[in-house]
Amino acid sequence: MRQRARVLVCSLGAVLLFAAAHAETVVLGLSQHEVAITTDFRGSHLWIFGAVRREAPIPTDSDLDVIITVTGPALPVDVRRKERRFGIWVNAESVHLSRVPSFYAVASTKPLSDVLSATEDLRHHISVGRLVHTVGAAEVTSDVESFTSALERIRTREGLFQSQEGAVAFDEDTLFSTSLALPSNIVEGAYATRIFLVRDRKVVDWAETEIDVHKVGLERWLYTLAHRQPLVYGAMSLVIAIAAGWLASAVFRIFRR
Amino acid sequence: MQIYLPIAEVSVNTYLLLGIGGLVGVLSGMFGVGGGFLMTPLLFFIGIPPAVAVATGANQIVASSFSGVLAHFRRKTVDLRMGTVLLAGGILGAAFGVQVFAALKAMGQVDLLVTLFYVVFLGIVGALMFIEALGAILRARRSGPHTPARRARHSRIHSLPLKMKFRTSGLYISVIPPFLVGILVGILSAIMGVGGGFIMVPAMIYLLGMPTKVVIGTSLFQIIFVSGFSTMMHAGTTHSVDVVLAVLLLVGGVLGAQLGTRIGVKLKAEQLRILLAALVLAVCFKLALDLLLRPAELYSIAVTKGA
Repeated sequence: MRQRARVLVCSLGAVLLFAAAHAETVVLGLSQHEVAITTDFRGSHLWIFGAVRREAPIPTDSDLDVIITVTGPALPVDVRRKERRFGIWVNAESVHLSRVPSFYAVASTKPLSDVLSATEDLRHHISVGRLVHTVGAAEVTSDVESFTSALERIRTREGLFQSQEGAVAFDEDTLFSTSLALPSNIVEGAYATRIFLVRDRKVVDWAETEIDVHKVGLERWLYTLAHRQPLVYGAMSLVIAIAAGWLASAVFRIFRR
Repeated sequence: MQIYLPIAEVSVNTYLLLGIGGLVGVLSGMFGVGGGFLMTPLLFFIGIPPAVAVATGANQIVASSFSGVLAHFRRKTVDLRMGTVLLAGGILGAAFGVQVFAALKAMGQVDLLVTLFYVVFLGIVGALMFIEALGAILRARRSGPHTPARRARHSRIHSLPLKMKFRTSGLYISVIPPFLVGILVGILSAIMGVGGGFIMVPAMIYLLGMPTKVVIGTSLFQIIFVSGFSTMMHAGTTHSVDVVLAVLLLVGGVLGAQLGTRIGVKLKAEQLRILLAALVLAVCFKLALDLLLRPAELYSIAVTKGA
């Protein structure tokens, strides 16, 4: 009990120190904290907004910029490359990547290379190029890079990786907002939303929250049944098919009379 | 109107799915085939993952075959004993096919396997049908109405052991050939997501020598159970049966089949067969091109689930 109290005091102290060192802190808001995948789900728009809170007047010696990222659940993927073998194109070499975000969007007030140093980018994994970790993959093939760039290219084309430089509106160096499109082919899970305040190419403060994306209603029920009780689901599919087949034949016999 | 498919995890246009179901239904009504060989590739083309297309195809075939077999039972044109022998082989083949499918899916080669199967079988069947129908048309021009091709009566298969009496078909033959035909059809059902009627019907007529009137009913009887078994196996191992997709295809298919039957009556048999052959060859050609031409995107991404 005493130990816990001491931890509390220490962390309170840390928070106070932190606040003193960083005159500018971020307050973030979301248009919604969950996205429901319903039967008519066609993708969704997220509106992310917030404000900069400060105790002192706005510093004028440098510009303040905002970077907003949304990261979907990380999943293991295989990236495969086709090669011509025996006259036909078949999947040949492949690279296994153990953790790749299923969705990633980054929006900023200015081009990322102008507002963020490479060190800070590396530390916080902000730009799309910092997403894919190739640890262990280098042993399999020599040109891992062509596989990871293909991954980025395909995901970008599908709207699953988005880089929107200059898409964050920033008023009076205080209020910011942006709108991101979630495509319909996103996976379920927790989507981490991060907001960074950047000054002099360094992150001065950041905040994080989560958006919960999940199937609801019929979609939820069918998906759960198919994975938890595959035999019941299979039998149900057959019963529906047979009933529909019987119904069709019955209806058309009535019509023929 | 878009609909989100819970298992395929993609959002597709409802009318597009109804249209595909309807189109395949029209063709199956016109030509008396199940149409699985067209349904599955069409689903690939609109972006349904291959595993889901194949497994859902099997489920959808159960429905269309069931409405067909009821009519044949009423007319007593189902050879239950022959159907059971074909079915025993079919179950064995389907069990084997699903295992091969799951193994190649893990290796990343399932698309290749499915495409190769399609190219080979559609190529062979399409070419044979085309030659046969063309020959029939030419013969009809030369000498008026022709006598139908005689079925094999005394070939080598009649000297095989394990003979059995098939009363409805009026046959006394070994159970080995129908059992082997059943196995082949079972494998095709699991790997290609088809009923396999396009292989089984010619095999029954020309190889087993069954009378034409019981062929369709008996093959439908076998197809229902083998496709049903494939559906269960896919649901159990790959979790890739999408019941929402199946229902949409079904609704279109049932309506289309009725329309197709009416169109079919108005066309001549040879014309019908040559049209079907051309269609089969066109699908085969399109799939073969995908294998032979350099793809626009050499890379592909597969999420390795289960982790």
